[in-house]
Amino acid sequence: MLTLIKDTLTSQVVTLWRVFSHLWVKADTVEYPDEMPYMFPRWRGRIILSRDPDGEERCVACNLCAVACPVDCIALQKTEDDEGRWYPEFFRINFSRCIMCGFCEEACPTNAIQLTPDFEMAEYERQDMVWEKEDLLIDGTGKYHDYNFYRVAGKKIGGKDKGEARNEAVPVNVRSLLP
Amino acid sequence: MTFEVGSGLSIGVILATVIVVAAMLIWVERRLLSFWQERLGPNRVGPFGLLQVVADMIKIFTKEDWVPPFADKFSFVLAPAIIMTVILLSFSVIPFAPGVGVVDSNIGVLFVLAMASLGAYSVMLAGLSSDNKYALLGSLRAAAQMISYEVFMGISILGVVALSGSFNLREIVLAQEENGWYIFPQFIGFVIFLIAGVAESHRLPFDIPEAEQEICAGYHTEYSGMKFGMFFVGEYLGLVLISSLITVLFFGGWLGPSFLPGIFWFALKSFVFIAFFILLRAAIPRPRYDQLMTYGWLFLLPVSLLNLLITGVIILSTS
Repeated sequence: MLTLIKDTLTSQVVTLWRVFSHLWVKADTVEYPDEMPYMFPRWRGRIILSRDPDGEERCVACNLCAVACPVDCIALQKTEDDEGRWYPEFFRINFSRCIMCGFCEEACPTNAIQLTPDFEMAEYERQDMVWEKEDLLIDGTGKYHDYNFYRVAGKKIGGKDKGEARNEAVPVNVRSLLP
Repeated sequence: MTFEVGSGLSIGVILATVIVVAAMLIWVERRLLSFWQERLGPNRVGPFGLLQVVADMIKIFTKEDWVPPFADKFSFVLAPAIIMTVILLSFSVIPFAPGVGVVDSNIGVLFVLAMASLGAYSVMLAGLSSDNKYALLGSLRAAAQMISYEVFMGISILGVVALSGSFNLREIVLAQEENGWYIFPQFIGFVIFLIAGVAESHRLPFDIPEAEQEICAGYHTEYSGMKFGMFFVGEYLGLVLISSLITVLFFGGWLGPSFLPGIFWFALKSFVFIAFFILLRAAIPRPRYDQLMTYGWLFLLPVSLLNLLITGVIILSTS
């Protein structure tokens, strides 16, 4: 009986006091529309398509992002220009399906598709949630400033032959025995 | 028309004030809870979010008022009306200030206890008529809770009745003017009545009949729209009622320094207890209902009986 009274006093009353003393602790709330919270650079928000330092599209339409996407919200079609560069004929992301998981960014071999800290994407019409390539493409390089896929890849395009890429040796003719 | 006890004007003003205060408590509770949880709470609608109540009311009035097809219609509709009616009736015997009140009843304390017991029918009818297993569990728990707290609730305030020699709440307050607040001679009675009051108004930690986390809102699971709103406001009315009763019985009602009118002191003291009840909700976890029954029957009932016995011995030996 006495221990019950003692426990009640020490436990319940102390609990009440501790909770009450939170009255003079400043609230953690960030009042969002009036006050923007700091968004970390690696926050996974709205998806963009970046360009390489020369201003060309980075996307080579390899479809890896569309395959990686767990909700199948990415649709694209590959095409090729006169120089042999691959690029998407259309590139469509349905943001009403997108779950911002970032798998597409992980899968992308050319750093083309990237997630940004923007999260204010509400729309009144569902159709407005579908973004085409023109809406997704930005003018800059995004998070990776120096990377240009065709400069490091061995693929031959107009203006760059085999062996001219960065850190690439001139191709060896393996069928020749000459030193 | 004069403003005196029992006049039409007095009744109207008290009815309106009590209901408005109970509705405003929705905002007060959310705001206080959030301060104790380091949040801000509703502060968007109107200054400091004061008009949140209006927004809630518009929402709840325009909601579909739906009766489940499997429910027993008559008692389903009757249940929320009972809780509002009995609690508003209980307010009729509360003396708010000199000259402010609905009736000076000679059986005020008994009337309040009787109405509190009737309020349990509302909860049980709601659970039974819903024909829902969670609602039924809630009303079972309400019945189990009621038979454990009603007993010591009545006995705990008998000490006050014995000291003042009256069941009339107004005379209990007047007796405290001469003898000092009854919190000092009746501290144990006060603590027990406080615990019983929490159980009576179905507030945390004793909101066992409507435990959201366990039985998804218990007896009012099937209620929506205005009928749910009546349970909701009824719960806050019960909170106001218990706070007023504690003020009247143990803290001298409207008594206080005379630079402010009595009604102000009454409101201030009641608000302190309302805030305390909200603090209880923020801090204390809910016991199982068999734990509440054990606690009530094996600990609080003997203590309240002992309290009454000692009070009686002291009254007899000093008179």
